[in-house]
Amino acid sequence: MTPPLARLEWKVATVVDIRDETRRARTLVLEVPEWPGHLAGQHVDVRLVAEDGYQAQRSYSIASAPGSRHVELTVERIENAEVSPYLCDVLQRGDGVEVRGPIGGYFVWRSEDPGPLLLVGGGSGVVPLMSMLRHHAANARIPARLLYSARTLDDVIYRNELDALAATGGAEISIALTRESPGDWRGFRRRIDRAMLEEIAWPASEGARAYVCGPTPLVESVATLLVELGYDASQVRTERFGPTG
Amino acid sequence: MDEMRLDGNAAAGPLAELFARDITAAVATCAKCGRATPVGSLFDYGQTMGVVLRCNGCEAAMLRLVRTPGSLRLDPSGLSLLIVSVEQEA
Repeated sequence: MTPPLARLEWKVATVVDIRDETRRARTLVLEVPEWPGHLAGQHVDVRLVAEDGYQAQRSYSIASAPGSRHVELTVERIENAEVSPYLCDVLQRGDGVEVRGPIGGYFVWRSEDPGPLLLVGGGSGVVPLMSMLRHHAANARIPARLLYSARTLDDVIYRNELDALAATGGAEISIALTRESPGDWRGFRRRIDRAMLEEIAWPASEGARAYVCGPTPLVESVATLLVELGYDASQVRTERFGPTG
Repeated sequence: MDEMRLDGNAAAGPLAELFARDITAAVATCAKCGRATPVGSLFDYGQTMGVVLRCNGCEAAMLRLVRTPGSLRLDPSGLSLLIVSVEQEA
């Protein structure tokens, strides 16, 4: 169901806090005036305007749970890009930044949605999945599993929070490290493949709902594999990010 | 290109400048091959100039949206049907 939208307007949000998540990713905690609340999985558009009027606009997923007081965006620094280096390196607490949102009605999970919740993410594709996990932990009883692919352990965003969720049984968390892993690493040491999904994903007969977010090749390969494993295409929702890291 | 997303989800903001409802969950049918999928799952190769959504089956351009000074220009000629679920009126 899609209710009519409130007029989508640009607003100046204030950065009230900044948290470094990894060497390349940080979370901007924003106070957005008249924020109407969001659904897990939605994003905002961020706009930067240079003094000469040149504008650059990007979409960033919301990491915070619905109902949170502030809107949190976790941004990964992409070298030589226009927007993310500014957000990661230049923006300071107290600064303003133009945002509009919340946006999106497709890659969205509601706590009343039926079926186990299967989340598969690569790199910063974990960000909207984190909003879903946080929302799930506070509101839902259905089982949830996250399969998260990162290059190295240091690149795992929200590592402590994911460990805590796993320890308390809030969700089952599996991490695949694709480039290097500690000697005592007990998770996966390869890219997400069919065998991994056969192990982690619920059988198609259990009616799981899958959300897949990350670089385009990962998203397309995982979505294809899930359909091959019997998932109905309508049960697999995808969101592609441009870069492979 | 850098951190741009590559699907209809990222086009939701620009599309919301035109449509009264979020249409990323709406089901769009490709005029060329007849495939019907949610707008959010279509390919998006646009964003710098505007939005170009392509069929994720045959890659035909289904919808183009460009902002020019003073206007929004929509070319929906690759789209044969758009179904938006709405709440039923009492």
